[in-house]
Amino acid sequence: MERTFIAKNPSVLWFLLGLSVFTVLVTIFSEAAGSSIVSTSFLKTLGKTLCLCLVAIAMDVVWGYCGILSLGHFAFFGIGGYAIGMWLMYDRTKDIVIGSLENNILPPTPDEVTNAIGTQIFGVVGSSEFPLIWAFSHSLTLQLFAVILVPGVLALVFGWLAFRSRVTGVYLSILTQAMTLALSLYLFQNDTGLRGNNGLSGLQNIPGLEAVSQATLSLWFFWASAFALGAGYVFFAWMLAGKFGSVIRAIRDNETRVRFLGYHVESYKLFIFTTTAMIAGIAGALYYPQAGIINPAEIAPIASIYLAVWVAIGGRGRLYGAVIGAVFVSLMSSWFTGGSAPDINLGLYLFKWTDWWLVLLGLTFVGVTLFFPKGIGGLFDLISNYREKQQ
Amino acid sequence: MFIRSNFLSTLSAGILSIAGTAAVADCVDPIKVGVLHSLSGSMAISETTLKDAMLMLIEQQNAKGGLLGCELQAVVVDPASDWPLFAEKARELLTVNEVDVIFGNWTSVSRKSVLPVIEELNGLLFYPVQYEGEESSKNVFYTGAAPNQQAIPATDYFLEELGVEKFALLGTDYVYPRTTNNILESYLTAKGIAADDIFVNYTPFGQSDWATIVADVVALGEDGKQVGVISTINGDANIGFYKELAAAGIAADDIPVVAFSVGEEELSGLDTSNLVGHLAAWNYFQSAESEANTDFIAAWKAFAGEERVTNDPMEAHFIGFNMWVNAATEAGTTDVDSVRSAMYGQEYPNLTGGTAVMLTNHHLAKPVLIGEIQADGQFDIISQTTEVPGDAWTDFLPASAVLKSDWKDLGCGMYNVETETCVQLTSNY
Amino acid sequence: MRCALFALMLMICGVPAVTAQTLQPILQAYASEIAKPSRKTVGETIDAITASGLPQIIFFLEQWSEKNIWQRNDGTFFVATAAGSKLTLTDLDTQAKTTAPKSDFKQLKPNGGVRRLIGTALVQFQLLDPDLTRRETAVASIGRRPEAAQLIPLMASIDGEFDAALKARKIQLANFLSARFAIETQDRIAAINSLSVDMSVEARAVLNQILTTSTGVASVTPQGNIAAILDPMVAPDSSYGALVEAKLAPPKQTVSDIKKVLEANIIEERIAGFPVMQMDDPLMREAAYFALATQGSVPTLITQEVRDAALLRHVFYELYAEPNAQITAAAEVARKSADNRVATAQFADLTLDALSLASIFFLAAIGLAITFGVMGVINMAHGEFIMMGAYTGYVVQLIIPNYTVSIFVALPLAFVVTFVAGVVMERLVIRRLYHRPLETLLATFGVSIALQQLAKNAFGTQARPLTSPDWLAGAWVVNDVIQISFIRIAIFILALLFLGLIIYILKRTRLGLEVRAVTQNPGMASSMGINPDRINMMTFGLGSGIAGIAGVAIGLYAKVTSEMGSDYIVQSFMTVVVGGVGNVWGTLAGAAMIGFGQKGIEWLNPSNTLAAQTYMILFVILFIQFRPKGIVALKGRAAGD
Repeated sequence: MERTFIAKNPSVLWFLLGLSVFTVLVTIFSEAAGSSIVSTSFLKTLGKTLCLCLVAIAMDVVWGYCGILSLGHFAFFGIGGYAIGMWLMYDRTKDIVIGSLENNILPPTPDEVTNAIGTQIFGVVGSSEFPLIWAFSHSLTLQLFAVILVPGVLALVFGWLAFRSRVTGVYLSILTQAMTLALSLYLFQNDTGLRGNNGLSGLQNIPGLEAVSQATLSLWFFWASAFALGAGYVFFAWMLAGKFGSVIRAIRDNETRVRFLGYHVESYKLFIFTTTAMIAGIAGALYYPQAGIINPAEIAPIASIYLAVWVAIGGRGRLYGAVIGAVFVSLMSSWFTGGSAPDINLGLYLFKWTDWWLVLLGLTFVGVTLFFPKGIGGLFDLISNYREKQQ
Repeated sequence: MFIRSNFLSTLSAGILSIAGTAAVADCVDPIKVGVLHSLSGSMAISETTLKDAMLMLIEQQNAKGGLLGCELQAVVVDPASDWPLFAEKARELLTVNEVDVIFGNWTSVSRKSVLPVIEELNGLLFYPVQYEGEESSKNVFYTGAAPNQQAIPATDYFLEELGVEKFALLGTDYVYPRTTNNILESYLTAKGIAADDIFVNYTPFGQSDWATIVADVVALGEDGKQVGVISTINGDANIGFYKELAAAGIAADDIPVVAFSVGEEELSGLDTSNLVGHLAAWNYFQSAESEANTDFIAAWKAFAGEERVTNDPMEAHFIGFNMWVNAATEAGTTDVDSVRSAMYGQEYPNLTGGTAVMLTNHHLAKPVLIGEIQADGQFDIISQTTEVPGDAWTDFLPASAVLKSDWKDLGCGMYNVETETCVQLTSNY
Repeated sequence: MRCALFALMLMICGVPAVTAQTLQPILQAYASEIAKPSRKTVGETIDAITASGLPQIIFFLEQWSEKNIWQRNDGTFFVATAAGSKLTLTDLDTQAKTTAPKSDFKQLKPNGGVRRLIGTALVQFQLLDPDLTRRETAVASIGRRPEAAQLIPLMASIDGEFDAALKARKIQLANFLSARFAIETQDRIAAINSLSVDMSVEARAVLNQILTTSTGVASVTPQGNIAAILDPMVAPDSSYGALVEAKLAPPKQTVSDIKKVLEANIIEERIAGFPVMQMDDPLMREAAYFALATQGSVPTLITQEVRDAALLRHVFYELYAEPNAQITAAAEVARKSADNRVATAQFADLTLDALSLASIFFLAAIGLAITFGVMGVINMAHGEFIMMGAYTGYVVQLIIPNYTVSIFVALPLAFVVTFVAGVVMERLVIRRLYHRPLETLLATFGVSIALQQLAKNAFGTQARPLTSPDWLAGAWVVNDVIQISFIRIAIFILALLFLGLIIYILKRTRLGLEVRAVTQNPGMASSMGINPDRINMMTFGLGSGIAGIAGVAIGLYAKVTSEMGSDYIVQSFMTVVVGGVGNVWGTLAGAAMIGFGQKGIEWLNPSNTLAAQTYMILFVILFIQFRPKGIVALKGRAAGD
């Protein structure tokens, strides 16, 4: 069984091979290994990019394979980040508070400890009480469950309601976008108890690992992200390889026909929607400790649209396409907006990449949709077609 | 033609840089100054100005012979109004570019994003914007106003000079208005204003539908008390708010509005003829009359363009940069720990007159100015206090009243004076 | 203190006697106070100046209030106007004009509080002034700071007033003043009774001032005009606080008080016998404190029983500041009646606000109602068309400074600009994607980010001014509660016009017929001789053009920024979807539902506008799940699928 799966999908093997080589190379040249070629900040960027690849794959599965253009998967990604961020903040603050209360003459009561933690965390947003939403933040295990369960349950409920009412196509896209907007507005409120616009910060400091340098920690997170990406890739490739995958693709191509063939289309769609949401949550939980901060701006509707842009540019309906799109667009974006690209003097006008990059990205995007619906991944088809013709 | 002119400019730049190094020949590497301000995205409009101001200050310093015999070199990066990117760029500045000091940030959330990185790598950051306080980092000097240097004096002005008895605290829903309003609520309660006489409202960023809120404010006058509005509304939302205020015909004599986030820049987005007399509180206005300010504005216009305006955070960078230069000269090195020790007690003249002093809690002592909006979009300064020392932890909230920041003698930014212990050495983020 | 006051009185009375004709010496006597006045102390200075009785004082006070007084280095005051680096000076006493360099002078800038006091001082001079504006200023000053002494001069000035509006205002103010300050009780009650139908904020302010109460606590009910006896058990802790403040009970120990006492009483790692190690339990802390109290070394613990017993031993009451019970009774009746009217009016005002919000949503969405609702094209760049319209308005105002003319140029121009943009986009992008709706969404999104960035490059990220003409600047005021700005009314009318126009075009014109034909069955329509390409292009242009006009309107009432489009795009789509696709009436219903819903939630939780938006979106999402075809669902074949 396993053999046939790999044999049927040679790209999986190639992908894993490439990923491993990349990981080993980055490790060798990282600061933790004594080299200075890959700086810690660049290592963090690479680790974060791997997480973005993972969520892009999830997006590709739900859109490229199943035909649901979800504009909410970055929200699930953010929820994963929030879930892990709550534990990181709580535990780090608890250590500080217990340390500072040690010198008290009377041993502190539990109430005093909780109040002090609350003041530390919410003092900056002008509050000290713990909202109900933080009820499980003391436990890493429970918050890790939340990383998977909260996006999963949200996707399940939303998907069940929407698919049951046969909301499809662009209507579903608009609804998911509205859901994302509602979530980000909800998080923007201070009353929510997740520190509003400030979000959760200092996430790169892992409680209990204060002695480990950021160079080493970043490498660990890089490995974790690489592993998650590899595992996610294999999981989705395996899931989509068999008959199940055929049904999913069939739903994309003609939903009504699949329904008439006796398949319960809604369950398939719901399964894909929920699973990919959970994977997005995991990707987010790995991403934000590397980014250091999560706040509602990350979840804004535009982020989810960008996710779709990556997948479209990389090439829909092929997992490696999503990876290429995420790597290509996010690294290009950071290069062009980072000011490292040289400005071009056009004589009358100074062409600044920081100003024009978004215009070009937008137009590229229109161009890709119009003329290259297969995206960059389509180039691989051209190459293999060309080879076949040659033979 | 294009290639040639490009080549020429490269050549002349090369000659210039050679000339620059020749003047300060005893220096191997230039001293690097990191500039961490967004050049794209939503904050670009505010922060690009500060980047330009830093470039001007560095150029001026180089013309004076640089620092410690070395040339100063600006390292400009663009965090693109993306808060996580601020942390990434700060790490890049400190580890890859190895800058000696960073001038940067505007929003509180971007500062919170950068804090852990700066503290981990023992960097030095100068933060130039008014903020909510409740924070003290060993590695940050706060050259903008703390609440007691802006909000409290403005509220005192309302209480003492305008006789306001009933307050509407309107703000955008984020950390600065939330904390400021919390401080003000407890300050007003301490001043004998009843809780019923304080109306608080939060609106989202970019709010445009103000009719109901303005009507609520007008209705506050129904018990015959003088009503005043304290606005911490941010950015674009102010435009809709002031338009609605003008449409409702609320004159400054009836219900005065004092704003903490409205400067010359924000007013350029609307017609101010109906808003004459409403107020803003800052540590600096372009209209301040002093020789230093006239020179500064002239230098700025020559550097950046005739139509550019100056503002409060620019003055903060002006003071912060010059203090850093003097401290490094005194210490004889740009080493962070030595410069920090030399910073305490540094004095530098304000652009508005008087002298700013760097305190051991990393805040400045600066005067507070209150200006009335004029029909031309500028401010008429009607009140100027003596220097007010910035307070990291407000005295008006119970949790922070017992905290004190003193990095010089106590060596702690969050010292609990009741239990006489240092709560933590890192900052709150 | 008394001595000083006496000396001051002497001085005030003495000054005019010493210098009879000129104002400058009097001003010099108070030079520092005039140069740096404060509301709390400037009153004496103003009194002294007015007491001199000189004719110049009116001129001086008016100029002072308008920030036209300048002080020379030697301390002398002048009226001056600045022109470049020169000042044109007017001597206060001789009215002689001279010029001098500005650098020797300092402008006096009295603050708002001081200016109000100056205004009050000027009332007596201005009330009978022949100049109408001066009289209006005086009356406005009385309105801002009503004082008992103003009643008689105000009454006296009513008869001679020939300006009808000002006369009415004077009568109204005189009524307010007599309600509070008239000497005869009957006069006051009569005035108070007349206030029960007045809904203005000022009238309610008068009633509330008469009914000012203070709370107090005593062991027996005191004498006086008692408003109410309070039940201390409603908020026992704060009631006990009042008791402590009145020094009628010992203070209740807080958690930190107990903690401090315990810390002070540690003897050999034990507190009253309890080991310190056990003190992490709040119950143990209380027990230890109780033990200490039994030993008599600390005050007794105020437990709940002790507190309640103390509360029940005392009377908590509210006392009117006004001693006359007849007056307070009349005022209570009047206030109750006014409050009822105000509540109704507030509801009406909220309805107006909701209507206005709904019309804004409708205006933003109506273009979409055509492109998305009728044609079924997803246009994510719709918001950017709104933005383009708004920027068109801004550019027109740059060229044509007259606001009225520029608006009437900007509206059609905005339509033309966005019509062309829409047609171009339809031809280049959308036409190729009619059979791939999801990809239309993405491609138009690409256009949207490109347009947004282009606007940033062209106009900057800063908000740009778009100012409405004067006739749209004010508000329609029914009374102090119900009012709505003219610009909102204009938006409402514009929305209605568009509704009518679009329904007319779709239902009554050849174009509308063809549009409906093409959207229902393009193949059949083209075989009947309709050119579907042309129709699609025109329809899309029409929808886009209307978005441009909406942009001008939205820019007038709110702001013009490159990101204004993205504020409206999701909501606009929601409006169309929730109302029911394919029907303009549906969009109207959707906008009404969202507008009224949002205002309703805001009313329930007035301190948090963001929450209202969030919950409204959630509600809409749920609504669509249960009614996927929207409020006005099409039936039969037209519904398609």
